[in-house]
Amino acid sequence: MALAPLALAVVFLPLAASAIAGLFARAIGDRGAQLVTCGAVIVSAAISIPLLREIVLSGGPHVVTIAQWMAVGRLDIAWSLRLDTLSGIMMATVTIVSATIHVYSIGYMAEDPSIPRFMSYLSLFTFFMLSLVTANNLVQLFFGWEGVGLLSYLLIGFWHERDSANAAAIKAFVVNRVGDFGFALGIFAVFLLFGSVNLPTIFAKAPEVAHSTIDFLGWQAPSLTLASILLFIGAMGKSAQIGLHTWLPDAMEGPTPVSALIHAATMVTAGVFMVVRLSPLFEYAPGALGLVAVVGGTTAIFAATIGMAQNDIKRVIAYSTCSQLGYMFFAAGVSAFAAGMFHLFTHAFFKALLFLGSGSVIHALGGEQDMRRMGGLWNKIPITYAMMWIGSLSLAGIPFFSGYYSKDAILAAAWASGTGVGRYAFSLGLFTAFMTAFYSWRLLFMTFHGRPRAGEDVMHHVHESPWVMLIPVFVLAAGATFAGYFMEKYFIGSESAAFWNGSIFVLPGHNTVAAARHVPLYIGLLPTFFALAGIAVAFVGYILQPELPARLAFRFRALYLLVLNKFYFDEAYDRLFVRSAFVMGDGLWKSGDGTVIDGLGPDGISAATRDLARQASRLQSGYVYHYAFVMLIGVVGLVTWYLVR
Amino acid sequence: MTHLPLLSLVTFLPLAGAFLILVTRGDEKVVAQNARAIALWTALIDFAVSLVIWAEFDPSTAAFQFVEKARWVSIGGFTFTYHMGIDGISLFFITLTTLLTLISVVASWESITYRVKEYMLAFLVLETLMVGMFCALDFILFYLFFEGVLIPMFLIIGVWGGPNRIYAAFKFFLYTLLGAVLMLLAIIAIYFQTGTTDITVALHHSFPFGLQKWLWLAFFASFAVKLPMWPLHTWLPDAHVEAPTAGSVILAGVLLKMGGYGFLRFSLPMFPLASHYFTPLVFVLSAIAIVSTSLVALVQTDMKKLVAYSSVAHMGFVTMGAFALTVQSVTGSVIQMLSHGIVSAALFLIVGVVYDRLHTREIARYGGLVERMPVYALVFMVFTLAAVGLPGTSGFVGEFLVLIGTFKVSTPEATIGATAMFLGIAYMLYLYRRVIYGVITRGDLRAMRDLSFREKAVFAPLILVVLWLGIYPQSFLRPIEPSVAHLVHQVAAANAAAQVHEAKLF
Repeated sequence: MALAPLALAVVFLPLAASAIAGLFARAIGDRGAQLVTCGAVIVSAAISIPLLREIVLSGGPHVVTIAQWMAVGRLDIAWSLRLDTLSGIMMATVTIVSATIHVYSIGYMAEDPSIPRFMSYLSLFTFFMLSLVTANNLVQLFFGWEGVGLLSYLLIGFWHERDSANAAAIKAFVVNRVGDFGFALGIFAVFLLFGSVNLPTIFAKAPEVAHSTIDFLGWQAPSLTLASILLFIGAMGKSAQIGLHTWLPDAMEGPTPVSALIHAATMVTAGVFMVVRLSPLFEYAPGALGLVAVVGGTTAIFAATIGMAQNDIKRVIAYSTCSQLGYMFFAAGVSAFAAGMFHLFTHAFFKALLFLGSGSVIHALGGEQDMRRMGGLWNKIPITYAMMWIGSLSLAGIPFFSGYYSKDAILAAAWASGTGVGRYAFSLGLFTAFMTAFYSWRLLFMTFHGRPRAGEDVMHHVHESPWVMLIPVFVLAAGATFAGYFMEKYFIGSESAAFWNGSIFVLPGHNTVAAARHVPLYIGLLPTFFALAGIAVAFVGYILQPELPARLAFRFRALYLLVLNKFYFDEAYDRLFVRSAFVMGDGLWKSGDGTVIDGLGPDGISAATRDLARQASRLQSGYVYHYAFVMLIGVVGLVTWYLVR
Repeated sequence: MTHLPLLSLVTFLPLAGAFLILVTRGDEKVVAQNARAIALWTALIDFAVSLVIWAEFDPSTAAFQFVEKARWVSIGGFTFTYHMGIDGISLFFITLTTLLTLISVVASWESITYRVKEYMLAFLVLETLMVGMFCALDFILFYLFFEGVLIPMFLIIGVWGGPNRIYAAFKFFLYTLLGAVLMLLAIIAIYFQTGTTDITVALHHSFPFGLQKWLWLAFFASFAVKLPMWPLHTWLPDAHVEAPTAGSVILAGVLLKMGGYGFLRFSLPMFPLASHYFTPLVFVLSAIAIVSTSLVALVQTDMKKLVAYSSVAHMGFVTMGAFALTVQSVTGSVIQMLSHGIVSAALFLIVGVVYDRLHTREIARYGGLVERMPVYALVFMVFTLAAVGLPGTSGFVGEFLVLIGTFKVSTPEATIGATAMFLGIAYMLYLYRRVIYGVITRGDLRAMRDLSFREKAVFAPLILVVLWLGIYPQSFLRPIEPSVAHLVHQVAAANAAAQVHEAKLF
């Protein structure tokens, strides 16, 4: 079959390029590293499209086995590539976005002293992401999952002389690992249930074990619901859902291309991918699906609320990502997996576009990220300005841009599901659509319109980005504009059954994507209406009456501070977990090991021995009358004993 | 299969090397140079022999292989035999020992400047004792090797150690001696029960349950100190801090494994009922070890202490996996020991690299090293990741197999164990950040050299093994699994039989 070599090339080219750029940096130089990595990823992207076509046409999942990984007892895990429409779509999305960002980085990082390291990291990230999406067992999925987490850590902390970057990097990895703790337990539970961690076995046996229970920490839990929820905790960490979201805004410490690739388009969507990939499991765990929908809906509105008050251009987009991921999750939660995947696909384009656009702004302003020191840029960098408009229109779901198709599908499906959680998610999603449009246009107006608030000399140097940065942006803009229109019929429309080919599983009664086609007209129109309202409010507040937001913030000061400070999650976590861990560690060390264990153990015993010896030695005083006295007592004692006996 | 007595060869070759070093005479400088060369060649050849053993090892059976048996001494009615043999559980500990001894010799090349002859001598004698311990199939022989290890290690810490070395050496010695005495009593008891000191006989002897408990506890005292298990671990940080770098390498890499090996070789198969009975105790201690020492590691200010505490946490997985007694968890326990042997050894070497340059292990004295030492930073990162069990490294395979096996037996235990996923990464990344990242503020840090060729040669094989174990662990799992499966079935069968017996009584 011709599939195997193509798929292997797509996955391993970035790895090879990363190794070359990373290990032989001195030999090939900056330019060489850029050429090797960009070349490899572009070839990968170019192959991924015919590969996807080939996969869709040939049907059914193909598995390319590479090698045995771990085989112990019943556990049997192989390194392999699972090729079906779902992984094909992900491979194409990842490699295309990755290729544009590789090229963009040539321009963006031109002044950086560690270009080979950066390019090598980007390519290695791409490899791990590809090994994640092509996994045929949960453990390889976990391998890719941890790999992208590692690269996320390395790239957030890329400018390692900054303390804030280092702190953000560690925070990202540790919070992700808290999620992975759930993921790992989920894998163990799956192995306990199915005797296997391989996807085909799990999918085949899921209906059988649907009604069994397992004992978890003394609780008789419905087995599939438990396993699914544990796995979903992992997804929450990676996809920055409420509770485990705190790392994502801080992750903006990394260079902007990183934010675009990892923290918008690909890695953070891995959680959504995981839930969709395991749809045959989640479908039989209605409790878990309900949780997914509630968490997704809540995160969507929660993050959007925070996004409305932030002043750092990248943080606004970061919270927007968090919120959009919420949309994808509640789509999955109402069994509209295909709609969730569709949004993942369009979101990759328009969000990467927005990040690269904001990167161009930051680049133009010499590193400035605070929107309060921007403004009036639109005629200085018109191409970037236009690109940001396209991204925002798509993000807000304005008709006929990509985001419109996918977001509408999600909301319609949530409404059509007819369940309580579905309605909950629908109404939150609707308000989120309003907020999304509001913060997007707030960003546009603050950045590009009004009076220039940057310094004279900064404004003087404002310049449009070079072509090497603009062309990738054009590619993404094309995706953000047209991908929705052209792909709708495959993802969720008339061709969807043939397209997905069974790689997404939905129980017969749950087909909300199909039901969404028959929702009343006003349900279809509402999101657009809310989005337009959001734009209008932003127009009033930031163009017509620019003093209004400050007045409102002053009037509702407590509320404003709450939102501005992100509901004080960071502060609470710092108190609850970080500081208490250090206090506990200190206590366990100094009091536990030092005072108690050593005090009672070796030091105590040696001190006791020394004391005893000292006491004993005191008896040998050297005075004859002492010895005589002791002897006398002895004699008296002996005699008494004999007499009394 | 060859007829060469390979096990005796791999065991006593270093002793021959040690003898050669002993007889070298002449100018101090020349002697030092010769001692280094002899030690290097001996360790290298011995490592090669251990590779031959691996190559010749038959992975399809759980039986002891390369068996050598000869009458040794007979005094009065007692006959002691020289009995050696290995199975899948012991095989890789031999390879690990010979590799780490070789690494230790190379790593000490420049950092040891006085009494080089005696130092190299001590290491070669130590190698003989360690390898012999893993091969011995007779209790007397085993005990001699097991306790003999103490002497050269005591000297290495006490002579070539840091300023507080005397306290550390004695603490180490007393702790281990306490366990040793109890184990000796247990061995004598076993002799009176079975009438022989042959381990293979004892392995198939069924001891009465009451006696099993006492014997188990006596062995436990010795192994739990060696491993070390919480709360018997406080000798370890002190010993490591004072030991020279190579001493720490051997201590963490091999000596700690003697405890885990002891559990697998003796406690579980000989005392299956007692093992079952005491499993809750082991689980509680393992869980405490993992959580509490991870937290303690977080607040350390001395690099070596931090790595030492992380060792205790990692060893918690070994005991957890061994006593969960599933094929996955016990195999994982063995892999975890091998992995930890490589990774902790490498981490101590990593500390040694900067200690050699700046003579301090204070974390706060460092920072921003990546600027001057990029290769060092990369090596450090690889082993940091292996230590936190990132998939693709050896640490993952061990921890994953232990946890997935333990989950079947006890979900609370596996859940507590899995917290190491974020606790471990917190202290390791925090260490890495403070040493490697940030801005260089001091002149002496700016003047630091990156890894020399010799140092790279030390780390290269260790990185190779870490990735090999992580990506293609099958090479190791295949020989290990039959022996582990045999062990698990043996213990399960004994416990099942006892339950049937109990059921008949009531």
